[in-house]
Amino acid sequence: MEEQDQILNDVTQGDYKYGFVTDIETDIIEKGLNENVIRTISEKKNEPDFMLDFRLNAFRKWQKMKMPNWAYLKIPPIDFQEISYYAAPTQKPKYESMDEVDPELIDTFNKLGIPLEEQKLLAGVAVDVVMDSVSVKTTFKEALAEKGIIFCSFSDAVQDHPDLIKKYLGQAVPVADNYFAALNSAVFSDGSFCYIPKGVRCPMELSTYFRINAANTGQFERTLIVADDDSYVSYLEGCTAPMRDENQLHAAVVEIITHDRAEVKYSTVQNWYPGNKEGIGGIYNFVTKRGICRGVSSKISWTQVETGSAITWKYPSCVLIGDNSIGEFNSVAVTNNYQQADTGSKMIHIGKNTKSTIISKGISAGKSDNSYRGLVKVMPNAKNSRNFSQCDSLLLNDTCGAHTFPYIEVGNKSSIVEHEATTSKIGEDQIFYCNQRGIDTEKAIGMIVNGYAKEVLNKLPMEFAVEAQKLLQISLEGSVG
Amino acid sequence: MLSIKNLYVSVEGKEILKGINLEVKPGEVHAIMGPNGSGKSTLANVLAGKEEYEITSGEVTYFNEDLLEKAPEKRAKEGIFLSFQYPVEIPGVPMVNFLKTAVNEHRKNKGEKELKAGEFLKLMREKMDLVEMHTQLTNRSVNEGFSGGEKKKNEIFQMALLEPKLAILDETDSGLDIDALKTVAHGVNALKTSENATIVVTHYQRLLDYIVPDFVHVLYNGKIVKSAGKELAFELEEKGYDWIKKENGN
Ligand SMILES: Nc1ncnc2c1ncn2[C@@H]1O[C@H](COP(=O)(O)OP(=O)(O)OP(=O)(O)O)[C@@H](O)[C@H]1O
Ligand SMILES: [Mg+2]
Repeated sequence: MEEQDQILNDVTQGDYKYGFVTDIETDIIEKGLNENVIRTISEKKNEPDFMLDFRLNAFRKWQKMKMPNWAYLKIPPIDFQEISYYAAPTQKPKYESMDEVDPELIDTFNKLGIPLEEQKLLAGVAVDVVMDSVSVKTTFKEALAEKGIIFCSFSDAVQDHPDLIKKYLGQAVPVADNYFAALNSAVFSDGSFCYIPKGVRCPMELSTYFRINAANTGQFERTLIVADDDSYVSYLEGCTAPMRDENQLHAAVVEIITHDRAEVKYSTVQNWYPGNKEGIGGIYNFVTKRGICRGVSSKISWTQVETGSAITWKYPSCVLIGDNSIGEFNSVAVTNNYQQADTGSKMIHIGKNTKSTIISKGISAGKSDNSYRGLVKVMPNAKNSRNFSQCDSLLLNDTCGAHTFPYIEVGNKSSIVEHEATTSKIGEDQIFYCNQRGIDTEKAIGMIVNGYAKEVLNKLPMEFAVEAQKLLQISLEGSVG
Repeated sequence: MLSIKNLYVSVEGKEILKGINLEVKPGEVHAIMGPNGSGKSTLANVLAGKEEYEITSGEVTYFNEDLLEKAPEKRAKEGIFLSFQYPVEIPGVPMVNFLKTAVNEHRKNKGEKELKAGEFLKLMREKMDLVEMHTQLTNRSVNEGFSGGEKKKNEIFQMALLEPKLAILDETDSGLDIDALKTVAHGVNALKTSENATIVVTHYQRLLDYIVPDFVHVLYNGKIVKSAGKELAFELEEKGYDWIKKENGN
């Protein structure tokens, strides 16, 4: 409560706060996409053959695919030859101590509020930072290593743990899963890898921050999380980008695999630059996130607070293979000005007694469009499975849109699928009531919206929840009145 | 402190207030009575700054400043409090958060230090006693699932927290049981000083037994057609509004 007030007071300006550009030397390869570029990326990263094969295979498949057009989005044509597929701060991302890190970079992280300094580390957050395409520093690696936990950049994992990568990469999201996943598989340059061994509860929250810095680059990161039997980890992801007039492409893939009785909580606060008030600029965010509950009684939960990006296309999903496994999706998606979001979840029930829950809270303002798209599919053998979906939309005015596209397929008689949906407009009476008590409209909306999204915000780890509330407030400033 | 001169107000093209004149001085209690739909709530809402009303002519000054140009939250912070006839529910927003924000906005406006959580809770408990507010209620979201009477009580509880200079109570008595009516009236009286003023909108003389008015006005068809002392309330209770309507040619 203290915090919530603090936040509300903190935030006085509605502009995108993370829109600065950091001036550091960057190694960018020529724009364009062809097999040579892919070979170059693989070479720069000194990858083993299986990785190059993986990339080339993906690229060849991607060439035969078409950009999906089924989403409720107006996507301007993207010229994939106008993008550079690899940009890295030139300084080699290997530091023994913080003193060696480019001060500009540290400054960037400070501006981002990234807990990279020692004091913050003591707060128990291990951070992997991906700047443009390369993982800059992974903190806390040693403390984690004692428990046998691997948490490192994807590139390091390819070098140090090729067997694990070979075994799990592409398991949850096959190379040709969709257009953007195929593109990512071909060109991804870094990301995070995390492996929690049998029986280990990860003692701290693991966290990755993504930052696009260089111009004309796309960001294609890849995250792979494997939780072995009886393990647990909570994983956080945050992201920001500079303000630029041109659109930038972000096409990430996140894969999660849980073995018997393992649990992974994945939380995202997505705050890519949304474009300005006229809809110029902003990130195109095409992300494929999928978790596979392979083991019995395992659990994967996706929690996301999405306030950024000009276009969001994202459906974190769970494939419930293990009997009694559980999938969860909790989402707050805010769109303002000319932002467009088509987001939701897929829950595929394969094992018996599998359970899934979808809670989606859309908030639309300005001239934006906010769609929920969800699929709940219960296979014939997934006896006694259950799903509960709740999709609420809150409209802040008459010029924005909210849409719901639920798809439900139930293949047996013993399973129960429930879907509830509501659409409401923020009440002028509610705002006036707050005004009458001395609370101005912006603050009132912040309060009402946070109240509306509370169910989801409560699922976020504490530190993140605070940030998310702040974001909701900022992203809706100036949206009423 | 409040001076309303020749106020005309329309909603959606329909004229509702047709030339209201009213002077309120510190320390006074004014009762406004009148048949349903005569414009009482409209007047209250206009004073509080609700947007949908169009002020077609007239002026309102509050401590010698133009009230009508001020934003509603500004009016609130300068001491105007409206106890709503129908308080709204705000799901998901905890009472405590809401109240603390409100109190601190008022304090900031006065150049006072904001209260910390602990300090606020202490203040809150004090004021809860005044209107016998239960923690069950303050632990919930704003007005969510409150009974009609509880909502009204909650309004006066907020009034106690915000200590307004001009309190406008719009049918605060409706929906209250007899004991709650006494408690609420007691609360209102306890907050009374020679510095602040109260406008009580009510249909029933009963409330005025507890909150004793200096003036009673009858609002009929958008105009104040009669003003007198508290005895007018008894007369209305006894005779209804027919004679007023007749006197005003209807
Ligand atoms: N927003 C609005 N839109 C349309 N008509 C309105 C609006 N607000 C008030 N009115 C109309 O204005 C008239 C006065 O309403 P008001 O609520 O002020 O009456 P009141 O005196 O408070 O009545 P009551 O005793 O029933 O509370 C009514 O005819 C009402 O229908
Ligand atoms: Mg009324």
